[in-house]
This record gives sequence, C-alpha cells and structure tokens, in this order.
Amino acid sequence: MSDKPVLEVDSICVTLGGRRILDHVTFDVRAGEFTGLIGSNGVGKTTLLRAILGLQRLDEGHILVSGSPISPRNRSLGYVPQRIVVDPDVPMRARDFVALGLDAHRYGVTRRTPRQRDLVDQILHDVDAERFADNRLGGLSGGEQQRIFIAHALIGQPKLLLLDEPLANLDPKSVQEVVALLHRVARDYGVAIVLSAHEMNALLPVMDRVVYLTGGRAASGTTDEVIRSEVLSQLYGHHVDVLKLHGRVLVVAEPGQENQDIPEHATLTVN
Amino acid sequence: MFSGFMWNAWEVGTMVAIVGGVVGFFVVLRGSSFPAHAIPNGAFAGAAGANLIGINPLIGLGVFSFAAALGIGGLARRGRADAVTALALVMMLALGAAFLSLSTQYEPQIFSLLFGEILGVSSSELAPVIVLGAVCIVAVAVLYRPLLLASIAPDVAAARGLRPQRLEIAFLVVIACATTMTVPVVGALLIFTLMIGPSAAAQCFTDRAGRAMCGSVAIALLTIWMALACAYESNWPVGFYVSVFSAGWYGVGRGYAAWNTRLRIARATPVTAADAFTMS
Amino acid sequence: MHFIVEPGFFSNGPVRTALIIGGVTAIVSAVVGVFVVIRSQAFAGHALTDVATTGGSAAFFLGLSPLLGFIGGGVIGAGAMDLIGVQRERGRDVATGIVLGTALGLAALFLYLDTTKSASTGATQQILFGSIFTLDPSSVPLVIVLSAFALAIITSINRPLLMSSLSADLTRARGINLRAIGVLFMIAMAVAVGLSSIAVGSILSTALLIGPAAASVRVARGLRPALVMAAALGVAATWLGILFAYDSFYWVPSSQGLPVSFFIVSLIFLCYLVTGIPFVRRGFREATSHRRGVSEASV
Repeated sequence: MSDKPVLEVDSICVTLGGRRILDHVTFDVRAGEFTGLIGSNGVGKTTLLRAILGLQRLDEGHILVSGSPISPRNRSLGYVPQRIVVDPDVPMRARDFVALGLDAHRYGVTRRTPRQRDLVDQILHDVDAERFADNRLGGLSGGEQQRIFIAHALIGQPKLLLLDEPLANLDPKSVQEVVALLHRVARDYGVAIVLSAHEMNALLPVMDRVVYLTGGRAASGTTDEVIRSEVLSQLYGHHVDVLKLHGRVLVVAEPGQENQDIPEHATLTVN
Repeated sequence: MFSGFMWNAWEVGTMVAIVGGVVGFFVVLRGSSFPAHAIPNGAFAGAAGANLIGINPLIGLGVFSFAAALGIGGLARRGRADAVTALALVMMLALGAAFLSLSTQYEPQIFSLLFGEILGVSSSELAPVIVLGAVCIVAVAVLYRPLLLASIAPDVAAARGLRPQRLEIAFLVVIACATTMTVPVVGALLIFTLMIGPSAAAQCFTDRAGRAMCGSVAIALLTIWMALACAYESNWPVGFYVSVFSAGWYGVGRGYAAWNTRLRIARATPVTAADAFTMS
Repeated sequence: MHFIVEPGFFSNGPVRTALIIGGVTAIVSAVVGVFVVIRSQAFAGHALTDVATTGGSAAFFLGLSPLLGFIGGGVIGAGAMDLIGVQRERGRDVATGIVLGTALGLAALFLYLDTTKSASTGATQQILFGSIFTLDPSSVPLVIVLSAFALAIITSINRPLLMSSLSADLTRARGINLRAIGVLFMIAMAVAVGLSSIAVGSILSTALLIGPAAASVRVARGLRPALVMAAALGVAATWLGILFAYDSFYWVPSSQGLPVSFFIVSLIFLCYLVTGIPFVRRGFREATSHRRGVSEASV
C-alpha cells in the first residue's frame, strides 16, 4: 500500500448563495481508512462531497485524489447519493444495476462476460444482497436499494467510496447493520470510506478519523484528537462541553447559546 | 394488400415501428412523454412550411423537429418545464396551420400530416427513412449504457462524470430524428402513442432492460402491422388505429403488472422474528 | 391608424361577436389557467384540450353544437385525469399520454367520418384551429353564462385550491375534501377549455389556458396580481389577434387571410418569452412592490 493519501483536501473554500459554506477546510484520507464527516444538517457536508466529486467549483484550494487533481471522470471514486428513489416501473434487476457499475461510462452495447457475472455474484454476496438480487430495483425496500447502490459503487473497485448521509432515516438496528457492512467491505476491499452523518455515535466503533464540520470550518483527526471540549469549543466559537459516557459522546452547549449548530448525538437512545 | 404501392407502406411501417420501439423504451424510462408529444408538432409546422415553399417535406420535418427538440431542451431548463413545453407545442401547431392556410391545399394536407394517411405512406421515399432510422438506432445503441444509468440514477451518473443534462439534449435530438421519419406514417399528433404504448407495456412484462427493449420493438411492430392492415381495409386513418392499439397494449401491460403484484404479495412470506435473527 | 385598423373593423358583425366571445373566454381561461400553472398541471391541462377535441369532432359528426361537444369531452377527460391522478408521479406521465393519444385517435376518426359523410370540408380546420369569425351571435348569452359559472366555481374554492397546491397534507388536515376540490376544479377547467376551443380551436386552446397564466405567474407577486395580469394579457392577445387576422385579409394576397388562432397563439407565446427576460421581470417586480417597499435584495 502506497504512502500517498487517497484523498487530499487542501484549504478549500466554497461560497454558495452569499454564504461561505466551506472555509479553508483541510484533511487527508489514507488508503483503507474509515472517515466520518460529521456535521448538522445544512452545514455543508453534501457540498464538500460534491466538491470531492468534481461537481462543485472551488473558490480557493485544491483537492487531489491519489495524487492527481480531481476530474468528474475519476474512476477511483465510488459514490452513493443521499436520496435513492427508483420507480417500481423501471425494468432493471438489482443484479443488472450492480453490473452497470462496471461500465456505465462506456459507449455501445455489449454482452456480459462470465468473468463479469462472477464479479457481480461476488459483490452481491459480500453486501449480503443475494436474496433479492433478481428482483426489480424499484421494488426493493430503501435499505435494500442502498445495499445495491453500494455494490454498484464498489464493483468498479474504487480506492475511495463516498456516501452522503447513508444513515439518515434508518432505524437504529439498520444503522448498525449498514455500519458493520461498510466496515467489513472497507477492510475486505481495501477501499477508503468517507461517510457523512449528523450523528456520530453509531460510527464511533469503526471510525479511524473524523472530520467535524461547523460554520464552514473543520477539525480533523482521530476521534480522541477531535472530539474534545477544547477543540470543539474553538471550532464553534463558544464553549461546549464534551461528555463521554458508556462509549457514547455527548456535546452540550451552555444554556442560552443561540448558535445551536450542534449535531444530535445519541442523547436519548440507549441500545 | 401486399402488392404494389402497399409494399412500400409495409417497409416504411416496419422501420417506423423498430425506431418507435427503440426510442420509446427510453421515452417511457425517462418519463419524457410530454416532449415526445411536443416535438412532432414542430415536425408538423416544418412539413407545412416545406410544402409552402415547395421543398422536400422531409427537410422541413427534420429542421423543425431538431429546432423543437433544442428549444424544448433549452427553454425547459429555465421556466417551468411543463408550461413551456405546452406553449411551444401549441405555437408549432399554430405555425403549421398558418403555413398551410397560405398554400392552396388546406384541409386534406392538415389531416394527413396530423393523423397519418396510408396513401401518403406508400408514396414516401424509402431510402431517407432507412437512413434516418439507422441513425436513431445507432445513436441509442451508442448511448445505451450512459443513458440507462442517467435515467435511473442521475446523481450517480453525474458523480461518474456522465453529464445528465447533455444526455437529455442528445436524447431529445434522437426523438427529433425519430419524429422526422415517423410522422408521415402515423401523423404528428399520434406518433408519440407508438413510442409510449408498446414500451410501457413491454416494461410491465419483464424485469430486464434488454428484454424490455426487445419487447418494445416487437409490440410496436405488431401494432404497426395491424394498423396498416386495418387502415388498408377500412380506409380510416392509420393514426387512429395506432393510438387505439397502443392504448390497448398499455392496458394489457398494466393489467398484467397489477395481477403480478397481487400474486407476489400473496406468495411473499411475512417476515417473522425468527427471520430477523437469521438475517444478521 | 388606417393601416393598423383596416376599414370596417368595428362595424363588422362577426368581428363584434368574435371580440365579445374571445374576450370573455380569454378571461375565464386565464383565471383558471393561473391555478393550473400553480398546480403544475400543464400537461394534464393540455391533455384535457385533446379530449375536448374528441368531443368537438364527435359533436360535429353527430350534428350537435361543437361547444357542448368540447365541454362534454372536457368533462369526460377531466374524469379520466382524476382517475389517473391518484397513481404515482411517473406512471401518470405515460397514462396521461395514452389517454391523450386515444382521444386524438378517436378525434381523427370522427373528423375523417365528417369529411366523408358531408361533402363539407373545413371540419378539421374548424374544430382544431377555431373559427372565431363564423360564430353564431346567438351563442353569446350561453357563453357568458358558462363563463360566469366557471368563474363562480373558481371564486368559491380559490382558497382551498391554493392551499392544496402548496401542500396536500396540510389541506387534508384542515378537513377540506381534497377530492371534491379536485373535481370542482376539473369542471371549471373543462368549461374554460370548452369555451376557448370555439374561439381558437381545441388543439390550440392550451395557449389561452396556460400562456397568459404562465407569463404572469413568472412576473407577478401574489395571486391577485397574477390573476389580473393573466386576464389582461389574455384579452389583449385575443383582441389584437382578432384585429391582425382581420387586417391580414388585406395584407395577404390569398382571400383567406391567416387564421385568428395563429395570431393569438403567437402573441401569447411572445408574451411568455418576454416575461422570461430578467430585465422585464425585475421591472415588473419593482412596479408591483412599490407599496410594500420590498427591496430588490429580498427577491
């Protein structure tokens, strides 16, 4: 494994609608690492992911993927969007959609080789989707569709997999399943994962690094380095306390603080 | 009905059906029914205009369809797509009516351009139809995979570097090309039914994209052949038969889909607590 | 002045009838149309006009009044749309297209039978593209009554209609019967479409329904200004269209002149394009917001 980071985000700035969404955000991701991009809704996580994908223009700074400047045609990136809506009328099996991940960018029509079919079978097995692989994509549940989209992104053997809020709107049990799946897949396929979320407790067991985003600024490092009162207080611009209890994290601002830009942290659930 | 002038009609009709099925597959997949309805109206104006200045109607059809496709694609991005498409559609029709009113043959021309006419079919030239049809089919074949992904999951397609907006414009141009060669047969107002009925039905019968495309073509062929035969016998407009048969296929397809869903629900085993344990 | 208004315009009987019927139907179409645009039902509205075509051509074939045929077709079409409307968003697209296609196919058949049954030509032209200069003056009272009826419906349901366009759930939560509102609106639409069909033809009546409405919604702030502006645009386009069509008898060498509907539709289309120009939009916004003192920055 080379020493070069898979992803280098270097002091990027993005302004949208008059607002500075990203302000000199800097962090690295190394091969096989699991990085959580944590921040409350609307803080700029999707903008950041779009910037990495090359879909968002940067005002300042630059981004490198495996040492090369980003371009939309970068094959070493996989992406799973936030909203997955596939109409039940669409004639496409889950299996075929995964296969499409191999060559959707190629022109022309072609038959699937046996080797490709084996690859598809393998991936479907690894994401635990064999059960419904032959069903229509649009007929699957949200969680099942998500797995298929993950498989679609993985089959191209990317070095980096980006997921936009995959855990939002999932019940706690499904959250655990998806996190475990991603962790396993990252390990087996040697792919680095960047996953955005507004709630980090489910990710604590598997995250190697965290990028904590608020007010356009970001702090990055291991969870121990970043999720501390001093660091977060500086980030927020006012004092916050970080409590660690039973393996969970709670970030609390003082009463009366109007800038409640704090993402929810499993305050109430105790599973 | 298989002799003489009708033979040309069968050949042209077959080509029309193949193109209608191939292009129609994506029209239904992308939900582009409205543009598919609107672009042929541009063709109507073009044919009327060509008629007025005495050039080959195919040229008028082609130029105006192309312009309509680009116009709809361009305008739709700004304002409300639906309203814009409706207005452009109607503007084209009005323009066509104006062109025709300036020439001498008003009534019969309108009718055959709008609804298709068997005699018009049989006297049209085969060569341009085959060339245009081939262009359409090749274009769809070349763009097949990117278009498929962009139609089903545009976010993922964008992340991959395929540009969904560009593909949309390209596809509208393909529709324009298909329109140019199909309007003289089925009529400007009714050609879109050939593109949506058979394809929508095919997509109900199979889960696989490739098979749905083939089914789309097969059903479109059946539709055109039946329509040509009936139009020959009764002298009623071809477009009438095409629209009615397309609607019939659509009904059959949706009926099948509904019946299938009911079967599937009945057969599916409910998820029990035991299943939940074994799943993780 | 003489060039713009050719001789005999105002004293001409058919022209007067045309102006009255055209003006009234333009107002009704514009008002109904604003709601159609707000509810993003332009495609459905257009499909309705095509089903009205079937009604009109069938009526013609059976020797009945085209106006009743248009409205009857519109009502049936509205019923079909309502049935389809409960389905998914995407399926609706194709389903509407199928209904539209079948309706036009049937219209094709009726028009074909028209031309073979009676030796009269001109059925296609009249039904599809309108014949505002040959309207029967005795139909004016009926037109006015129907227009008033449609406007009455809209006036009575305008608030729940607006609310349901913004949020169906919210409206339902308030205990308003969404279905009834939908049905009433469809009836108003059918009447509006029927009326404008006799003016500009059923195929083109979409322009009167959606054009002025879409243009004004882009530019006006608030429902009432939008309604007023749409009605004004519709009437202006219709009257100018009638004027130009009348004049074109003199301009164009052939004895027919250009169809009225062509002028009306072109003017409406032009209006829509003009309201797309940012400079125009800003001008309008500023003009209509002077009272509230709203600044440019908040736009």
